[in-house]
Amino acid sequence: MSTLGGASAPPADLVLSGGHIPLKTKLRRAERMRKITAFGLVAPLLFFVMLTFVIPIGAMLWRSIDDTEFRHVMPHTVAVLADWKGTELPGEDAYRALATDLAAARDAGTAILVARRLNYDVNGLRSVIMTASRKADGSAENIKDSMIALDPRWGQIETWGAMKRARGPLTSFYLLSSLDMTRDATGSIHATPSDHAIYVDVLIRTFRISLTVTLLCLALAFPVAYLMSTQPPKVANILMILVLLPFWTSLLVRTAAWVVLLQNEGIVNNLLIWLGVIEKPLRLIYNSIGVHVAMTHVLLPFMILPLYSTMKAIKPHYMRAASSLGAPPAVAFVRVYLPQCLPGIAAGCLLVFILAIGYYITPALVGGAADQMLSYFIAFFVTDSVNWGMASALGAVLLGTTLALYAVYNRLVGGSGIKMG
Amino acid sequence: MKKQLVSFFAVAGVALCCSAAPAAARDLTVVSWGGAYQDAQKEVYFGPFQKATGVKMTDEPWDGGVGALRARVQGGSATWDVVQVESEELAIGCEEGLFEKLDWSKIGGKDAYLPSAVNDCGVGAIVYNFVLAYDGDKLKNGPKSWADFFDTKKFPGKRALRQGPKTNLEIALIADGVKPQDVYKVLATDEGIERAFKKLDSIKSDLIFWKAGAQPPQLLASGEVVMTSVYNGRIAAANEKDHKNFQVVWDGSLFTVDSWVILKGTPNLADAYKFLDYVGKAEVQKALPTKIAYGVTNKKAGDLIDPAILANLPTAPKNMANVEKVDDAFWLENLDRLTERFNKWAAK
Repeated sequence: MSTLGGASAPPADLVLSGGHIPLKTKLRRAERMRKITAFGLVAPLLFFVMLTFVIPIGAMLWRSIDDTEFRHVMPHTVAVLADWKGTELPGEDAYRALATDLAAARDAGTAILVARRLNYDVNGLRSVIMTASRKADGSAENIKDSMIALDPRWGQIETWGAMKRARGPLTSFYLLSSLDMTRDATGSIHATPSDHAIYVDVLIRTFRISLTVTLLCLALAFPVAYLMSTQPPKVANILMILVLLPFWTSLLVRTAAWVVLLQNEGIVNNLLIWLGVIEKPLRLIYNSIGVHVAMTHVLLPFMILPLYSTMKAIKPHYMRAASSLGAPPAVAFVRVYLPQCLPGIAAGCLLVFILAIGYYITPALVGGAADQMLSYFIAFFVTDSVNWGMASALGAVLLGTTLALYAVYNRLVGGSGIKMG
Repeated sequence: MKKQLVSFFAVAGVALCCSAAPAAARDLTVVSWGGAYQDAQKEVYFGPFQKATGVKMTDEPWDGGVGALRARVQGGSATWDVVQVESEELAIGCEEGLFEKLDWSKIGGKDAYLPSAVNDCGVGAIVYNFVLAYDGDKLKNGPKSWADFFDTKKFPGKRALRQGPKTNLEIALIADGVKPQDVYKVLATDEGIERAFKKLDSIKSDLIFWKAGAQPPQLLASGEVVMTSVYNGRIAAANEKDHKNFQVVWDGSLFTVDSWVILKGTPNLADAYKFLDYVGKAEVQKALPTKIAYGVTNKKAGDLIDPAILANLPTAPKNMANVEKVDDAFWLENLDRLTERFNKWAAK
């Protein structure tokens, strides 16, 4: 059949239309026009996404490795540092280059940039640099001795190590720090001293809380969504409004409401005491219980909605068919109903989990000091300590781990298995 | 369409050139913290200043942050002249050269002001304290010092402190017997930091940490905690608006100063000095504390303020007897590492 058809049909480019232009060319033109139109329609969105999403995230990632401040202000020192091995203090020439740069920085008013950058690395260097720049003189004699006399820190290899790490133009300092690692003066990588190694723990905590919240949401949302999908429209609509109502309330208001409910003399504790369940108020807030409760409540609609839309599409006669074929309700549910819900479950879990890992204000208001998630530290570096490099690096670590987890998740669930409704 | 575009650009061009040229002709712009505080300033400072001097001025609110000031000064088109900044912004901005170095002879001389209100680049506007507060209705015989804050036998119950190491390490050391004026000397050593964390550790299971300044009065009001660290202004506001009987312990409290600065390169320099001179006068400043519970910085203002109001101000002599100023230089250097350390401690 196919050979017959193939043999009898003339080659496509020989088919001529009225205007003597080969049909294939005409088709290609029409196709191109369609593509251009389609692109034209998508272009505003593409432009918008580039401007508000790709470029800012790119800039954020770039900031976590960009390190040019020191380099611009201290060119002579950077040149000297290139040959320095980091095993012993550099010689007089290096101190002369340093003093020359510091004197120039003082006159240009840029010493503070160097002081700030080095202080990120070794706390206390801020004032050491500012004092040194006030007195720096590149043409004096015995600069090494006089600088060490001025502040013993100039006689420590670690101070030079910090300058070496800051010499740019790219740095691994911020990313290593946000993984609790540090480079010493010779360039080899070590673990951060345990007193300051917090970010890996915080990252694990962030994922642990997010995962627990996701599972709690799933457990609570599934029956609600099921109920909504099986009720007549009138009842379902009322339920839907009840689900959406808190969704339209400000996040801060909902968080504050939980403070009122969960505090020591709050409604929940008073009720339990009145019922005689407990004698002394339970600690329900300013600890991880508060964080889990408030976050689960805030994120619940994001689980209910995709579940509902999936369940709504499951036809009731599948279940009837299963039971008429002899499956008990539990088996029918697990083998017929649940598999059809999976796309909704997958979408809801992903949505809730991804929203949860970025949570900041809820844990800050209802959590304890040991329940803060990674975003808290990002906010700290942006607003309190104005250390954009660290903030970006923590952001990059969060983004990277999330993407990696998403890849694993995608493998397990299968890309086509996610349905947003 | 094209014609419209051309005329649009023409209008925009005219607008640009004309707004850039007579920059010097704009009114003096004073920027402060907004809200109830700026309303009080309008009434006490901004209105009377225009009447007294004939200088035209406008006022704007801002949310703080050196970045905002940096962008305005370095961008070259600053529309602000005088800004009220926190002490940390004062320190950073002065080092970065964002502010005019003040000519003190134009604003009454350094001696007219409290020593802590005098800085190369700024003159203090208000003084406020980080104090220990408790509910006087619940604790008849309340705590007298930070040492009592750490005494869970005498005063059982939860306590609240601010999230993070800043102010908490100082409080821990003062509670441990360090004199307020020596706190930063002790904190500068590793042993001092160990000592502070050890002290905090002694009441760790009874501690709650707050994040927003509005939380501590709420924590006290709901009975969640028996005492808390808090800004004194919040307590005064709660007592006044919500008719609470919150008590403040001034002894060993930490204070800080917000300052007026003049942004570098302002075209209204002379008017800016006139403004600072005016708001620095004792007879002008004396009216501010009647509106809001902040201390003012002119040494003579205290004598002019009603003693009943003065008693609740950070600048009352008896309240200032044993206090220490929050050391911004220390925190600028050490905040990152100590925050890490604090969170390590908290997670243990």
